[in-house]
Parts: sequence; C-alpha cells; structure tokens
Amino acid sequence: MKPLEAKKINVFYGDNHVLKDIDITIKENTVTALIGPSGCGKTTFLRTLNRMNDYIETFRKKGKVYIDGKDIYDKKVRVEELRRKVGMVFQKPNPFPKSIFENVAYGLKIHGITGKYEINDTVEKSLKQAALWGEVKDKLDKPALSLSGGQQQRLCIARTLAVKPTIILMDEPASALDPLSTAKIEELIEELKEKYTIIIVTHNMQQAARISDRTAFFYLGELIEYDKTSIIFTNPKNKLTENYISGRFG
Amino acid sequence: MAAIEAELQALKDNLLDMLDLVRNQLTKCKKALRKNDGSLAEEILSDEKKVNMQELAIDRDCESILAIYTPVATDLRFVLSSLKITNDLERIGDNASRLAKFLSANANDLPQPWLSQYNLEPMLDIVTGMLKDMREALDKEDTRLARKTAKKDEQLNKLYKEDLKTTAALIAENPEKGKVLLTLFTIARDLERAGDLTKNIAEELVFHIEAKVLKHKKDQR
Repeated sequence: MKPLEAKKINVFYGDNHVLKDIDITIKENTVTALIGPSGCGKTTFLRTLNRMNDYIETFRKKGKVYIDGKDIYDKKVRVEELRRKVGMVFQKPNPFPKSIFENVAYGLKIHGITGKYEINDTVEKSLKQAALWGEVKDKLDKPALSLSGGQQQRLCIARTLAVKPTIILMDEPASALDPLSTAKIEELIEELKEKYTIIIVTHNMQQAARISDRTAFFYLGELIEYDKTSIIFTNPKNKLTENYISGRFG
Repeated sequence: MAAIEAELQALKDNLLDMLDLVRNQLTKCKKALRKNDGSLAEEILSDEKKVNMQELAIDRDCESILAIYTPVATDLRFVLSSLKITNDLERIGDNASRLAKFLSANANDLPQPWLSQYNLEPMLDIVTGMLKDMREALDKEDTRLARKTAKKDEQLNKLYKEDLKTTAALIAENPEKGKVLLTLFTIARDLERAGDLTKNIAEELVFHIEAKVLKHKKDQR
C-alpha cells in the first residue's frame, strides 16, 4: 500500500476556513496521533480522510487526499467502498441495538457477503482481533448494549475490522472509558498496527505519547508540527507545540 | 498560570537554595583552612545536614511532579536535570564536610607552611566561583555561562596535578607524616572531583535548556 497523502488540504464550512494548507504523509502500519485544542481542525481532518464531511451541506474542500495512490474525492470513487477501506471508530461506543454477533456481521451483509461459514468465521476473527472474543464467545446472541462501555467500544472496533479495512480512523476512542478499558484499547491499537494504519484523534497527551509513532499538532486549522512522537514529546521544534503538550494552553 | 508552573518554580527555588548552601559550605572551608581553624568544622558539618535535607526535599518534589503532572519536553528535562544536579550538589557538600573533618582532626598537627604549599585555597576559590556561576546560569537560563564555567574544571585538574607532585615531595622529606600528607592529598582530589561535579551541573543545565547532551561526547562520536 502506498502511504496516505494529504496535499494542500483546505476545508471550509461556509465562510469558516477550518483547515489551512494541510500537507501530511502517513506511512502504512503506523499509528499517527492528531492532537490540538478543541476547534483546531483535527477531527475535521480525520473526517476528511473518509469523506464523512460530505454530509455537511456547507462543506467545501480544496486540495487532494490520496489513498493507495488514488484521489479519494475523485468522482469515480464509490464512497461506500472508501469507507470499507477506511474504517472509523467514534468517541462514544455506538453499537447497533442488535445482538453482539449481528453488530459485527452487519457490515459484511451490507457488502453482499451471505455465506454463513464466511460470516461466522469473520465475526470470530474480528472479535479475536479486537480482544473481545474471550469475553463474549458464549453470549454472541445477547444484546450488544448489555456490554460495558469498554466492551462496546471493542465491539465497534471488531465491527470496523470485519469489513477488512486498511486504515482505521479513531476519534478519541477511549475518552469515555475507564482507565482499565482505556489500557485495553491502547494495547489493542498497538497490536492492530501490525496489519492496519491507524490515525487517532486524542486529547490525552500521555495516550498520544504512549501509542503513536508520529504526532501531528494542529492549531487554528494549521498543521503546526508533525514529527516522530518521541521528538514531539521531548524536544518539539515549535514553541506552540511545547506550550500545548505541557498544558500551558488548550 | 498552569499548575505545573508553580511546582516547577518551587523546584527551581529549592535548587537555587541548595546551590547557595553548598557554596556557603565551601566559603567556610576556605576560612577554616586559612585560619587552620577546626572550630568552623562543626558549622560546616551542620550545614551538611541541611544540604542532605534539601536533597531529600528536592527528590520528593521531583517525584511528585512526575507522578502528578507527567511533564514533557522542557519541563521533563528540568525535572530529570534537577534530580541529577541535587545529587551532584550533595556530593560536593560531602567533599566540603570531609575537608572540615580533616581540619578538625589534624588542625594542631599540620604545619601552616605545608598547607600553603598545596593549592587548596585557589581550588576552593575556583569551585566556589563555578557554583556562583551555576546559580546565575540556572536562574537566568544562561547556557553560555554554563558552558564557559564548565571549562574552569581544567584549571582544577592542573592544580590537582601540582598537588600530587607536592605530596610526593613532602612525603619523601617527611616519611613519618605520610598518612596525614596523603589525607591532605585526598582533599585536593575531592576538590578536583567537586570541579567535575560542577561541570556535570553545567551539562545538566544545557540539557534542560537546549535539549543537548554534552556528557560522554567522545563516546557518542
């Protein structure tokens, strides 16, 4: 897979210029953390990578986003196919009001997979990859909403994995979870990196430092600094980055 | 002001105080040496207790800042440097105490002409001056001063080598006083070590402020 590349991305919501000339290249099988104060554009940027912003009426974009060398905003691109390839996990676990099994199988079914064996196999593999199988294997027909918050979030990750994405976008996936569940999600991200490229928005600086290979700091719609995480958190080049990561603003 | 800033400022103030305490010990050492006065030794030894207490307080400050605020970048480097600087200062304080103990035990046994053949006073002057510079460098975050001061360590090395020759000559002339002369020589070695430790402090300040590692430069090549 070629790296994910954003070139001169500018995003507007009406007159509001929310992303300014963002240039970034993200290598495969890495975890990239997007950090910055609220309103800096990091979530908008994340949503630009799988065209989630398309639903917003006032959304306008300039610049290109390439995944696998192809412009994802090209007219020929099927958005459903793009979203299969670029999965997303949200801040609040959002399982469907269905059984645990159905939640994971859902994506397969809407993508036309009907073989019972294939579905069963993928559900099991996805739940195992999401480190949830051991906890739910005996109650797959139970409602997903009966699971704890941390389990629900791992179920949502399993649901994303089931459709075999190459990139997983995560928007503060652990911010609504307790420390133990957060640790499990972080451990999972580390494992998933072997097979997937992960881009995560987080407000938790220690989490960004712990789990990511590279960190991008956004401020007022601009990408201020993008470097190895070990450099960003020990010797950032930009004073704004340093002030933000050390809690002096934001 | 971010909460961590108040904690870091308190840590810095404590370090500055510790620098003053140790420098004061060395100033008293010089007085004691000049007058060959063992009575000042008690004062120097009681200062050592204060230095040790200050070291423990700074260690606790650092531990609490690390646990509560999980500092990063400059803040993290400052806490890491502080842990090392306080250890260096404590060891310089130990050296001052050894000198005091030596004077107290041997004040009557040491002919002044012998003492004056050693470079102990100029060495004390140099270390005291270096610590004064370190205080200013820390207070004003002045790495130029830290770097410049670190070089004064070479003067101490030179004086120490002269003291080695002096010791050899005096022992040859007065073999029966070999033990006290050797002990006197260890004081010169302690002061030379105090210079090394002060140089370490300078390097820690450069690490804190510029994120550059100066120590073991040759090994890094």
